[in-house]
Amino acid sequence: MLWALTALLAFQLAGEALVAWLQLPAPGPVVGMALLFIALIIRGGAPKALAETSRGLLSHLSLMFVPAGVGVTLHLTVLADSGAVIGVALFVSTLAAIAVTGLAMTWAMRLSKRKGSQE
Amino acid sequence: MSDFTEIWVYLSSSPLLHLTLTLIAYQIGDWAYKRSGGLAVLNPVLLAVAMLVAVLLITDTDYGTFFEGAKFVHFLLGPATVALAIPLYNQLEQVKRSLPALLSSLALGSATGALSAIGIAWALGAGPTVVASIAPKSVTVAIAMGVSAEIGGLPSLTAMLVLLTGITGAMFGPALLHLLCVRDSRAKGLALGAASHGIGTARAVQIDETAGAFSGIAMGLNGLLTAAMLPLIWRWLF
Repeated sequence: MLWALTALLAFQLAGEALVAWLQLPAPGPVVGMALLFIALIIRGGAPKALAETSRGLLSHLSLMFVPAGVGVTLHLTVLADSGAVIGVALFVSTLAAIAVTGLAMTWAMRLSKRKGSQE
Repeated sequence: MSDFTEIWVYLSSSPLLHLTLTLIAYQIGDWAYKRSGGLAVLNPVLLAVAMLVAVLLITDTDYGTFFEGAKFVHFLLGPATVALAIPLYNQLEQVKRSLPALLSSLALGSATGALSAIGIAWALGAGPTVVASIAPKSVTVAIAMGVSAEIGGLPSLTAMLVLLTGITGAMFGPALLHLLCVRDSRAKGLALGAASHGIGTARAVQIDETAGAFSGIAMGLNGLLTAAMLPLIWRWLF
């Protein structure tokens, strides 16, 4: 567990360092994820301890957004001014993006499957 | 009574109080959500945030004091993001097989999310700063804040809108996808990650590992796509 957590932090650190060094537009942890992904391909799988720790961490991923979420208190006045417009725009566009992505993926996979079975 | 006030003043000056409150609030939220059989309005993140905002307002605590304690939870977001590489690796074969479908659907969904947000906010009369702050709302918070600053938005307002977008997607996304007869875990995960980044991914992880992996990919790729394309599109539009 301690070893696995250290490994995750080390990959995050490497990601942050790479972002600072190469001035990448991506956040450090996302680059760290890419680095770990490459390491897993080279190694041919994740060690058991790392897989277990990661599963434990990811099952509480929602919790980790709570502290930033409470930051809405910093913007209560903006919300009072244009909250309705913001609310409508966020709600409609988020659901539209989910619907378009989900349907497009379903159809595209069906299409490629049909093509595959014809060959 | 003065004893109680003294104890409160003492405790609220240490990070322990707000760290514990954050964990308790989330677990109450999670309990209520599970108890209701997964009712969308009882989203655990939303419940926890609402409870904590109420506590902060009632006790007249500022966000900085709260964050002194909550930052320990916030910090775990980094290693947890790195950990997404593991479900991604486990699903590598599935991802390779559906790569063309994945990339084209993601590009469509990403454009829909950003352009419809710009269009609706602009049509309803929002000012340019607010529109620019809304435009990058579908990507992970660090990228969204950078893009927002680049196109003339307010990064801290964007951070809040990103969170609200995530919660909206996690709350209503699964029901909407069900309504549209999207049954495949790959499509569900991709949609949640593309529209509502990490919070959508946290929700997708609960569906199954495939959905979690596709959501993680969608979040990562949409972040890169938005960082590269949105500033160009913005300059062309305005």
